[in-house]
Amino acid sequence: MDTMTQLLRFITAGSVDDGKSTLIGRLLHDSKSIFEDQFSAISKTSEKRGMAAVDLSLLTDGLQAEREQGITIDVAYRYFATPKRKFIIGDTPGHEQYTRNMVTAASTANLVVILIDARRGVLVQTRRHTYLASLVGVPHIVLAVNKMDMVDYSQARFDEIVTEYKKFAAQLDLHDITCIPLSALVGDMVVDRGESLDWYQGPTLMEKLESVEIDHDVNTTDFRYPVQWVCRPQTDEYHDFRGFMGRIEAGEISVGDEITVLPSGRTSKVKEIVTYDGNLQTAYAPQSVTLTLTDEIDISRGDMFVKADYLPTVAKEFGAMMCWFSETPLDKNRKYLVKHTTRTAKCLFSSVDYRVDVNTLEQHANPAVNMNDIVRVAMKVQQPLAFDHYTRNRASGSFIVIDEASNNTVAAGMIV
Amino acid sequence: MSELLIEDRPAKSIVPAPAGNVKQKEFGNERKLMTAHTFTHLDALESESIHIMREVAAECKNPALLFSGGKDSIVMLRLAEKAFRPAKFPFPLVHIDTEHNFPEVIACRDKLAADLGERLIVRSLEDSIKRGTIIIKDLDKPRNPYQSVTLLETIAEFGFDACMGGARRDEEKARAKERIFSFRDEFGQWDPKNQRPELWDIYNTRVHNGENIRVFPISNWTEMDIWEYIGREKLHIPSIYFAHEREVIRRGGSVIPVSHLVQPKAGEKIEVVSVRFRTVGDMTCTAPVESTASNVDEIIEETATTRITERGATRMDDQTSDASMELRKKEGYF
Repeated sequence: MDTMTQLLRFITAGSVDDGKSTLIGRLLHDSKSIFEDQFSAISKTSEKRGMAAVDLSLLTDGLQAEREQGITIDVAYRYFATPKRKFIIGDTPGHEQYTRNMVTAASTANLVVILIDARRGVLVQTRRHTYLASLVGVPHIVLAVNKMDMVDYSQARFDEIVTEYKKFAAQLDLHDITCIPLSALVGDMVVDRGESLDWYQGPTLMEKLESVEIDHDVNTTDFRYPVQWVCRPQTDEYHDFRGFMGRIEAGEISVGDEITVLPSGRTSKVKEIVTYDGNLQTAYAPQSVTLTLTDEIDISRGDMFVKADYLPTVAKEFGAMMCWFSETPLDKNRKYLVKHTTRTAKCLFSSVDYRVDVNTLEQHANPAVNMNDIVRVAMKVQQPLAFDHYTRNRASGSFIVIDEASNNTVAAGMIV
Repeated sequence: MSELLIEDRPAKSIVPAPAGNVKQKEFGNERKLMTAHTFTHLDALESESIHIMREVAAECKNPALLFSGGKDSIVMLRLAEKAFRPAKFPFPLVHIDTEHNFPEVIACRDKLAADLGERLIVRSLEDSIKRGTIIIKDLDKPRNPYQSVTLLETIAEFGFDACMGGARRDEEKARAKERIFSFRDEFGQWDPKNQRPELWDIYNTRVHNGENIRVFPISNWTEMDIWEYIGREKLHIPSIYFAHEREVIRRGGSVIPVSHLVQPKAGEKIEVVSVRFRTVGDMTCTAPVESTASNVDEIIEETATTRITERGATRMDDQTSDASMELRKKEGYF
């Protein structure tokens, strides 16, 4: 009972040249997660293309255009399991839309594996991947120094890379970095330890993935409960039942706790925590539950329940770091929609302060905002939002921007 | 997955926190007693799916839940119960019937809908054939390719702006690339190169009139998760998922069930074999696997050690081309 399987979501960042596909293939292969019919299908395709070895990247290329052109268009999700954990890998392609795809995949990830070619060391793209991981607040970073077989498994080379990387990473908001020397091709330190890296005492990549502590990846203290749906059965049995359905995005709640409803500021007490499997005394993030209250107060979708001991900010103006996704540049004269937790409101951009060069971290003032740009903006919304700083609370600090004309998702933002 | 261990889990994995639970003020600095209520992967997947279904109910004007009587859609029903009880579902169940279904599945479909007291809408490919919108030369051939037509007609008939389906990303390569909220244009088409970015758990549900969203609340579940959940929730599923003796013929490497639609050709021999179905679809193109697994635990054990994917083993129509599913989805399939 104490070995319940947890779910870990992670992404891999790196280019084909770094051996990313080989690494994913190695993880799947050595954990026996590639099926025979999948393997035979990609073997056939590899052969057709005249390749000497089986191209494991074909496993994730799901679309016809990708297979035809040998490119990867979009984020693909892959699933595998070991006796200790279930894993979801977000596989992001490394072409020009990289920023958009990596930000998307990283938004739900517990961990990112940043791949480095041991011969080439810390590159511009390593900095870019690391910056994006810190921007999106991925809680755990693994620096996988790959192709150690190509540098004679040199500890000195590994140490040199780690020192340089940590110096760079110190500028960013990163808390948990694990550096692992490995060879995806040979299989050293991926699932098995191999025999060539005796000087390394740390975990293999798989051991790290299986053991990294993720219970604290959600904020466990500040109760945040955006109301998704008001349940009113209006049947004889549940004549007066009025339940507020939602997911606990952070913290915990117990029967009898006093809550504050935002933005109205009214207070009440939790009467019941209702679930299909019976009522609970206490519930925690990220459970989906139904709360009933002791008082009849006006509550609807988009409101947020919190506890008075740590209140979010309730305001119509805030600053944010934002990643622009749309091919159409941001138009400051237009109104957009912002969806934040369960609330959608009209918004406009009062200023675009600077753009961050994701390769150098340099800031450029008063920029135009094009696809894949990371910008610092100031925003105004039509209705007040109850929000937190993104680094304190991912769920109540994040939002998407929707273009009302096209209905497309044009940006994602993190409140600062 | 061959080494996957199945532990005995408590029926409810959320246990109350120990008495005197220490309150902490600063997030992230101290470690709190979390082990008592660690979420299992099934709890995490379940909560995600419930959240998705509630977003659909709250944001879409006229949603529906596609329900076939197969195991994935039976899991979807339980998730809908968890999402909306004690109220009724805020959407009807819809089945697009090929009339090539296994009778056990249809019986299960009707029983479940009746037991739940929910509204079930059935629209049949036969209706579209009568209307002349589906023209089939050989009525006994697999009908999955035509399901899209009847589905789109049903969407138009009821004005559904969102259809929830039980597709999973681990089933198929094209599905692995599809969003949870998958936008379809007014022709029901999926444009894989032009998908909306999907971040955190903030879903963009907006469509213009006539457009449609397909929603896949169990996108992140695997075949194994489904079976573990069926076991944990003690869900009633059609009997043909369990091992049974069946008349089959062997054709092109597949075991094919004999039925009124599939009869042996000259030279083919009927055998009686112990089989079970891993998926239940069109009778003419759904192959069972040889198995003696007669309960959920035994199926989980087999699933953990199988070396063939679910669709690879059982769906003849997906083997015709690397892109069969993608092409069907582009035409409006779910």
